[in-house]
Amino acid sequence: MSESRLRVSDNDGVTLIEFVDRNILDEANIQAINEEITGEIEKSAKPRLLISFSNVDHLSSAALGALITINNKIKEKAGELHLANIDPQIYEVFMITRLNKLFNIHDTTEEARSAFAS
Amino acid sequence: MSEPNTHIEGASAVDLAHDREAITSLIEDLLDQAEQCGFGSSAVFAIRLAIEEAITNAFEHGHEGLDRSLTVRVEHKITPELFEIAVQDQGPGFKPEDLPDPTLLENLSKPSGRGVMLMKAYMSEVEFNPAGNRVRMRYRNPDR
Repeated sequence: MSESRLRVSDNDGVTLIEFVDRNILDEANIQAINEEITGEIEKSAKPRLLISFSNVDHLSSAALGALITINNKIKEKAGELHLANIDPQIYEVFMITRLNKLFNIHDTTEEARSAFAS
Repeated sequence: MSEPNTHIEGASAVDLAHDREAITSLIEDLLDQAEQCGFGSSAVFAIRLAIEEAITNAFEHGHEGLDRSLTVRVEHKITPELFEIAVQDQGPGFKPEDLPDPTLLENLSKPSGRGVMLMKAYMSEVEFNPAGNRVRMRYRNPDR
């Protein structure tokens, strides 16, 4: 429908996903991102996804909802999801909502890569 | 606490269409005004998040199943001490007290229900009208 809002790359069996946009706020954009990441999950029997927020300044509760949906889909396939490079202000949103307990969150993509089961 | 949540005295009002560009333009304008009034970066982060959630709730939940051309009224008044905003939709309203606590373990994996809690977490005051179709939020400038 429209151009990708994500940068996707594969390395050593881990799919790295980065966002093009600095703000992940509006419903249409979030829906598009959700569908695109779901497509990546469906490609693999046991998906291993690393989502980097290095470019992201703002996200909404709808974006958190999309992340939860993605996490649930990956769990259904016994895969792994790790998050990295989350700005301190955004990390506070994860803490307030206690989603830091739900997700595997790392400071850097390097740390996140080493956390995947071998 | 007991004052009626009907209007903000001396506020400017905008009837906002369900159009992303218009929403972004309004929010950026309000945040520019907040910065000019001396609100710092963490305040602006908080206010942006709360406004986004309130406007999204109004269009996506308040107007759910209704005509998409319905507008949402946004009132705002910004002074160096206080950022005040109200968002009112034309829907039947909801009971915020009925929302489940999204931080409970059994609700952590549910993808929705965090907007109102984030508004309450980030703003100094959040108050709904009795009908539940209008929310008024205040952010007190901590640097004043």
